[in-house]
Amino acid sequence: MSDSYSATAEARWVRWSLCGVALAFVFLFLLIPLLSVFQQALSHGVGLYLAALTEPDARAAIGLTVRSAAIAVPLNLVFGIAAAWAIARFEFRGKTLLTTLIDLPFSVSPVVAGLMFVLLFGVNSPVGAFLAAHGMKVIFAEPGIVLATVFVTFPFVARELIPLMQSQGADEEQAALVLGASGWKSFVRVTLPNVKWGLLYGVILCNARAMGEFGAVSVVSGHIRGETNTIPLHVEILYNEYNFVGAFACASILALLALLTLVIKSLIEWRQAREQNQASGRVQLARVRRAGEHA
Amino acid sequence: MSIEIQNIRKQFGDFVALDDVNLTVNDGELLALLGPSGCGKTTLLRIIAGLERPDGGQVLFGGEDATHRHVAERKVGFVFQHYALFRHMTVFDNVAFGLTVKPRRTRPSPEAIRERVMELLRLVQLEWLADAYPPQLSGGQRQRIALARSLAVEPRVLLLDEPFGALDARVRKDLRRWLRELHDEIHLTSVFVTHDQEEALEVSDRVVVMDHGHIEQVGRPDEIYENPASPFVTQFLGDVNLFHGRVERGLFRVGDFAHPLAGHDDSDQALAYVRPHDLDVSMSAAQALAQGRIEHIHAVGPVVRLELRQDDGSVIDVALSKERYRELGLTPGDTAFVRPKKLSVFNGDASDYVI
Repeated sequence: MSDSYSATAEARWVRWSLCGVALAFVFLFLLIPLLSVFQQALSHGVGLYLAALTEPDARAAIGLTVRSAAIAVPLNLVFGIAAAWAIARFEFRGKTLLTTLIDLPFSVSPVVAGLMFVLLFGVNSPVGAFLAAHGMKVIFAEPGIVLATVFVTFPFVARELIPLMQSQGADEEQAALVLGASGWKSFVRVTLPNVKWGLLYGVILCNARAMGEFGAVSVVSGHIRGETNTIPLHVEILYNEYNFVGAFACASILALLALLTLVIKSLIEWRQAREQNQASGRVQLARVRRAGEHA
Repeated sequence: MSIEIQNIRKQFGDFVALDDVNLTVNDGELLALLGPSGCGKTTLLRIIAGLERPDGGQVLFGGEDATHRHVAERKVGFVFQHYALFRHMTVFDNVAFGLTVKPRRTRPSPEAIRERVMELLRLVQLEWLADAYPPQLSGGQRQRIALARSLAVEPRVLLLDEPFGALDARVRKDLRRWLRELHDEIHLTSVFVTHDQEEALEVSDRVVVMDHGHIEQVGRPDEIYENPASPFVTQFLGDVNLFHGRVERGLFRVGDFAHPLAGHDDSDQALAYVRPHDLDVSMSAAQALAQGRIEHIHAVGPVVRLELRQDDGSVIDVALSKERYRELGLTPGDTAFVRPKKLSVFNGDASDYVI
């Protein structure tokens, strides 16, 4: 840190101890557990690690997790944009209620959410009985898992977009309309580009949660091996069976996903910064050239 | 293209923003909508643009009803108060936007678009900033880019919402003159909204003074300034001194003072408005309106400003030329009379017209 900061900076020992506390925390609670996941997974060699990942039940769990995320994330994307648009751009009755409802999945315990679906779609409920009579199974089957995943990831995209769109205001969209753009063109060429980073960030978080969700999915899954187990559920089963290599191998996939998420996020931020830098570089150059011409 | 506004009404909840407004903007003129905040001027502008739907009345473009035409089809240029430039696009793409969103059939070729955009950037003298992004521009540059963008689609009318509101005083003066020159060059029917009377009077061909959803007066800047139609317009157009009195047989009387006043019926309650530079200071009570003790003398600049305190505690502002001031040889503490060279008299009670 240069001396120019020292006028307003805290005393040296304050800075060092604050940094120290933060780093120690990161090390103890994030880095060590993360490393131990990989250490345990690879403790009996790469061969066993790969075998644990490629055995049929593990493959089925990975497949199911990817499928439910592949359904939940796009649904969320569409809903999140629609909700954010409605809340940020329009005044209507019940707007506060909608905003509160969007947050509901965050405030309800995932287990309760799962139970809710069991009560709603279980064979003992009228809806469940009706569906069962038509050969459709929701609880203890894939649809239930997808439903639970959609429910718990519901707020991610909308929560990311609403404050962003509110702060940006509707002026640019109105400008696009006055310039002759249709509503759709204004959305694609003005609204979306303005929120793209927030949107991407929301999708990343939503995906991480969709793949990692345990509580709600656990209640509706029924834990049928090779059929209704997602990765987190599979990890739990293996762990309870003292198959530590298998459990940590599958856990490492989720850990890798988390790391990948971080990498993508950093990449996005880096690209954004670079774009801005290049642009300001070009303007600087233009200024210098212009000054030269005038001289 | 001329714009006709007929019986336009607009309400936001209980608040009446526009109450039966009628106005004609002539082809090729630069018109200012002037008024305090909340007077309905911006709402009127947005209704002309199609960004707001009126509750009643019609908007005609060149005699053709455009009331129900969608904003995207009205072919108007609109410059937003805070410019509303597309922040993720370069200056070039911003200006090109209106051309690139045209349907394929009517869209010019990329070369034609390029040529048109560069031509507009030259018009606003910013072609060297084509690659920049809006956040890198100064306020004045953003303003000019917003203007270039709105001109790209060859609008039939140009609408500007507080075009100089967010700029500092120096840039504002330059841009004002520049807008006037630009208008003289392209002769596009233009309407701009402002709360700054100086701006409206200096730039426009005609001024529309609005208050509380009504049009108070329409006229050329000099007409409005010289012959304000109401106490509100008088007060809004600049500093003014108010004298309460009565009109009696060709005299405006304030207490013991009387000033000759032609062409005004007798009235028990009348208001006389006199601008500071229309007041003269005199040592005699003849034709004066009031008497006061000189409290302050500001003698910096070409005009000398005096503050006279009356016996009832109210203050009269007087602006004298340097010559007149030297001639009178005034010093603080002197008691003097003020005599109007020109005054506007209205019947009634001033309490209705507090700004």
